[in-house]
Amino acid sequence: MPKLDPQGAALNALTRVAGLPVVQRLGLDKALERTVFHGARAGFRAGSVARKRFKPLIDLTKPARLPKASAGAALFDVSLSDEQAMFKDAIDRLVDDQLAGAARAADEACATPDELLQQIHDLGITIMAVPEDAGGAASERSPVTHAIIAEALGRADLGMALAALAPLGVANAITRWGTAQQQATYLPLLAGETFMPAATALAEPGPKFDPFNLACTAEPHRNGYSLDGNKTLVPLAQSAAFYLVAAQVPDLGPRLFIVERESHDIEPRPQPAMGLRAAGLGQLHFSNLVLPEHAMLGGPDGAYDHQEFVALSRIGMAAAAVGQCQAVLNYVTPYVKERKAFGEPVAYRQSVAFMVANIAIELQGLRLLTWRAASRAEQGLPFAREAALAALQAADKGMEIGTNGVQLLGGHGFVKEHPVEQWYRNLRGAAVATGPMV
Amino acid sequence: MINLETPKKFKAIVHSAQQAAENVFRPISRKYDLAEHAYPKELDVFAAAMDGMNAGDKANAAGAGKLSQAAKAGDGVRNGANMQSVLGLEALCWGDVGLALSLPRNGLGNAAIAAVANDEQLERFDGKWAAMAITEPGCGSDSAAIQATAKKDGDHYVLNGEKIYVTSGKRADLVVVWASLDRKVGRAAIKSFVVEWGTPGMELVRLDHKLGIRASDTAHIVLSDCRVPAENLLGSPEVDTKKGFGGVMQTFDNTRPVVAAMAVGVARAALERTRELLDEPGDYDRPRWQQNAAAAELLALEADWEAARLLTLQAAWMADNSQPNSKEASMAKAKAGRVANAVTLRCVELVGTAGYCEDELLEKWARDSKILDIFEGTQQIQQLVVARRVLELSSSELK
Repeated sequence: MPKLDPQGAALNALTRVAGLPVVQRLGLDKALERTVFHGARAGFRAGSVARKRFKPLIDLTKPARLPKASAGAALFDVSLSDEQAMFKDAIDRLVDDQLAGAARAADEACATPDELLQQIHDLGITIMAVPEDAGGAASERSPVTHAIIAEALGRADLGMALAALAPLGVANAITRWGTAQQQATYLPLLAGETFMPAATALAEPGPKFDPFNLACTAEPHRNGYSLDGNKTLVPLAQSAAFYLVAAQVPDLGPRLFIVERESHDIEPRPQPAMGLRAAGLGQLHFSNLVLPEHAMLGGPDGAYDHQEFVALSRIGMAAAAVGQCQAVLNYVTPYVKERKAFGEPVAYRQSVAFMVANIAIELQGLRLLTWRAASRAEQGLPFAREAALAALQAADKGMEIGTNGVQLLGGHGFVKEHPVEQWYRNLRGAAVATGPMV
Repeated sequence: MINLETPKKFKAIVHSAQQAAENVFRPISRKYDLAEHAYPKELDVFAAAMDGMNAGDKANAAGAGKLSQAAKAGDGVRNGANMQSVLGLEALCWGDVGLALSLPRNGLGNAAIAAVANDEQLERFDGKWAAMAITEPGCGSDSAAIQATAKKDGDHYVLNGEKIYVTSGKRADLVVVWASLDRKVGRAAIKSFVVEWGTPGMELVRLDHKLGIRASDTAHIVLSDCRVPAENLLGSPEVDTKKGFGGVMQTFDNTRPVVAAMAVGVARAALERTRELLDEPGDYDRPRWQQNAAAAELLALEADWEAARLLTLQAAWMADNSQPNSKEASMAKAKAGRVANAVTLRCVELVGTAGYCEDELLEKWARDSKILDIFEGTQQIQQLVVARRVLELSSSELK
């Protein structure tokens, strides 16, 4: 690839985003024009920085926060906005044309190919989430849109969705709680032209993991913090340029730390699991790793809210699980109508048809729970309860749907000629792994 | 814009319903559970007050008589009578399902009239309490197999047959009776007829003794050569084999979300009371398996309950917004019916001896909830409706 002038690279990235139909239809051109100005002035360069120590790319005097949704929601409403419908439509097409067909290979390779992650990124998902002042095009929080996106991608493969959206989750966390310097350093990259692998590391190995009582610790140290502990089921573990690592801090409780992979010589261990393999899961081990003071997201005086972080991550996982459950329903529906036994389609039997009906019922219930949690977050209402309920239903009903998807295909469901066994393995992970923060 | 919160415009009516549930229903809940078939006279005053509220706000009036598929009216999202009724009934049934079913002038017959009556009939039956008579000793969910007959005789129909499980069948002013104009034709010949109490030929056989909702009277009625005016037939008198069951079944698309809401209400009562009684009520943030077993179970039940509640609201919202909702209405009823039954039964178990004794209402709710997974279409019928829609199979393919 020829070496590009930094300003040229930035303009090139923004031009590509400006050309997205979703941006034009939404009238976001104006916001982008301002972004172009900032981006050009800073001259940031996406893509080639992963191997370097990160530094601020734009000028931010204060953190760029996104306000809660401005439109008042007076009425109960189950309809998607134009923006959400367009994202869903664009992702649906990508899933049908490319992603679903690549899911088996990604599962086997324990990684989603970079080209596919780039194609998903090209839809503008992250740039539409990052504030204008920080190199993106967002003007308010949009957890519902992110949940719709997660759901649409989850239909291809839950693990693939976790990989594709891990950087979005990181961008959302930095937008919500990062300092100006942290935002200026990482957000322009996450919203840049090239897919920037980054992931949250919350879950820890061993039984009885509790996100509110972490074994991983960050002790104050003369040069900042000393990080000690293990993280597991981290998406994009091998390729991430940096991680957001959750660690228990004395007196402060759980906090997130930005840990750059190369500058700290982090050597992730591949962590293949029952499912979610396309996420490229890995384990991180920190042994008294000294982090600079500014590695703590938002700093010690910042307004970091761990409960919100966990709840928004739960919504992200539940949403992606909804998509995976939709894949099950879409797959078993024609199958049971075509598969014959005793001289007629098995779908003619109530014992079979009712299982399909229950998949449809529980799927829609789970979808509405997830939407409600996301919508409360968007409107600035308390949402930890709703997120927890969505996560619980994703664990219970998601798995029920997963296992019945295999059951409905019988022996054919158990072999790898059909995707239902992969979805079964993935859906168990919905109760265990961490989703992208919406 | 996705928003699944209770709309602000209905906050007041939900509050009123909750107040009524707490202060009108709850104090007499056990009384009429024990005194089965006694008329809950306390409800007359309350029903009059409710009529007054509705009269003051015709556009947003709620109740069984206001349920119907909204006509398309311009763009924009609507939250109308279906949603309001669902929200109101949920709150009332948190108080007592049997008493909510006994509310004068809010019978299922009123919903049937609202769904298919013409303007003249709407006016003539306005303010009357109408029960619904479908089930017979030999037919329940298979309502196409109805044996009751209606024979045209001059400007009257002559009804003959036997009807059971007629909710508020004795207390209502009118009974909407399903009968066949021609039993050879099948479902297309089934019509509904409004029969006023006092019409010669309609007799009350008995009131049933039941597992739950004992405050609600459940009548067994016999019609023998009962003559009703021809203008009491609801809908078209023509036997159109192409249209089939459409007319009468339409009622269910609007009433199933309401019955689902009743289930949501009684389940909420059980969840709230159980949470009060348990010393460790559970924590939404921490993983459930780090909590005690009862708390973990309660969290799972609440998640199921919330899903049922949202499915119910969605089905009502679709009716308010002129979207066909047969599938969603049945999804809501299936989920809410089974969740309410499971939740109330589990809550008795979680609270243990105290939950099982009559000192608490938990045991009553666990009895009341069973009917909600049966009437207005059993669990299995709802699954059949959903399965046929999802799989796009006809009733001859998926029997």
